[in-house]
Amino acid sequence: MQRTLPYLKAVLFLLCLVPLAHIGWRFYQDDLGANPVEALTRGLGTWGLNFLLITLAITPARRITGWHWLLRLRRMFGLYAFCYITLHLTSYLWLDQDFDWHEVAKDILKHPFITAGMAAYALMVPLAATSTNAMVRRLGGRRWQSLHRSVYAIGILAILHYTWLVKLDVTQPLLYGLVLALLLGLRALWRSAERKKQLAGGYAPQPTYKGKRVIPITVKRGP
Amino acid sequence: MLIQRPTDIPSSEITPREHYEGRRAFLRNAAGLALATTLPRAFAADRLTGRPGPYSTTETPTPFKNVTSYNNFYEFGTDKADPAANAHRLRTRPWSVVVDGLVQKPRTFAIEDLLRLAPLEERIYRHRCVEGWSMVVPWTGFPLAALLKQVEPLGSARYVEFTTALQRDTMTGVGWGSGLDWPYVEGLRLDEAMNPLALLVFGLYGEVLPNQNGAPVRLIVPWKYGFKSGKSIVRIRLVEQQPQTTWVKANSREYGFYSNVNPEVDHPRWSQAKERRLGELFKRPTQMFNGYGDQVAMLYTGMDLRKYF
Repeated sequence: MQRTLPYLKAVLFLLCLVPLAHIGWRFYQDDLGANPVEALTRGLGTWGLNFLLITLAITPARRITGWHWLLRLRRMFGLYAFCYITLHLTSYLWLDQDFDWHEVAKDILKHPFITAGMAAYALMVPLAATSTNAMVRRLGGRRWQSLHRSVYAIGILAILHYTWLVKLDVTQPLLYGLVLALLLGLRALWRSAERKKQLAGGYAPQPTYKGKRVIPITVKRGP
Repeated sequence: MLIQRPTDIPSSEITPREHYEGRRAFLRNAAGLALATTLPRAFAADRLTGRPGPYSTTETPTPFKNVTSYNNFYEFGTDKADPAANAHRLRTRPWSVVVDGLVQKPRTFAIEDLLRLAPLEERIYRHRCVEGWSMVVPWTGFPLAALLKQVEPLGSARYVEFTTALQRDTMTGVGWGSGLDWPYVEGLRLDEAMNPLALLVFGLYGEVLPNQNGAPVRLIVPWKYGFKSGKSIVRIRLVEQQPQTTWVKANSREYGFYSNVNPEVDHPRWSQAKERRLGELFKRPTQMFNGYGDQVAMLYTGMDLRKYF
């Protein structure tokens, strides 16, 4: 895997650009139906959400399959989510609001689905900004990880944003919500199992010798 | 900058029909010359023309293709492309419309008789959806008032209730969990219904209404959000009490009985200040009463339009 991973990454990198190219091409060809701007904005938003969920699926997938190299793909998916959502937001700010910041501010304050979307984006910015290796080192693993846990909140806000903008038929946002619930639920489940284990006193079975508990001595062997 | 124009358009300024029909012919030809030459008449819709009527806008009509492919007709699905894909199943013949309730002469009109009730007019109206998009459509029909006068409303009649078709075997979106009560019911105050702008519509772009646009007969109330203009109407009942309309029943916090186009009263979840005219890149400001204030504002004098939204 070590050797093939760079190639896999390159292929996935290009694959992630396909939805963008597809939407862009259809917009350019005027092939997005009667309301192409709406289709553009929604298409970008939907793909942003898709990539967000793919990012959130890495940890559970890694745990279930034992393929630890999956972790090496996570940053790319996360940054793609950020990239699509940035374009989604740009399309709203430009084509819907024509950069009228007063109207944007009013929209954020008055309409909960905009509030949720903007909050999600505001939380995404620091994650994108601290995605480099240098930033991970600077922050230190533990602090970096606790900062990046805000991705869970981003996921929830994104689902709210989607649900609240729909007029009546919430089937689609509900399905996305179920996927997110599954991805976050698995984490919660594993976490509580781990905690129970810790409380019960350790990860490994207590070592015994002739029916009595012993204190194990670890011998570290050479390089 | 907005240029102030009189909202009553002299008929001399109305785009000649052959011009915008020419746009369509062009689109059609572009869509597939082969199809157009091999099957020219088989799929061509029946013509239904009317003399130019009053109140038409000079704004460019939205292309036929967009008017007939981007529809809200939840009986056929909630996606705006669903009605164009599914509404061909709707049975539009035989069709009759019952007009009853508080009237002197209740009557059931066969659609063929209804069409001959008054001279057909063509009116180019703006059409604004509560979702924030709009189009401009050349409708063919006659004022609803012409029908109501035929049945002679009683003095006690204060509202008009419109019930639309429910064909469980042809409609794909009326099953369990659709979120709305069927059949779809809409309503107007009697004076609103008698307003000369309110139109009973049988066609668009000089052709019989496509099913997805509410064949064979629908209502058009251009100063209200689109959902007030019921499609495929089967019953018109004059009543004393304000009718329980479908969207109000579904969510009375978000949808009111009046639902006049009003840029100052937002939908609880989104702004109504602007709209996207289909075919345009940027949004444009929404006009009070969708630009028909001169004709209808007096219907609401003294009413708090925030309360009666």
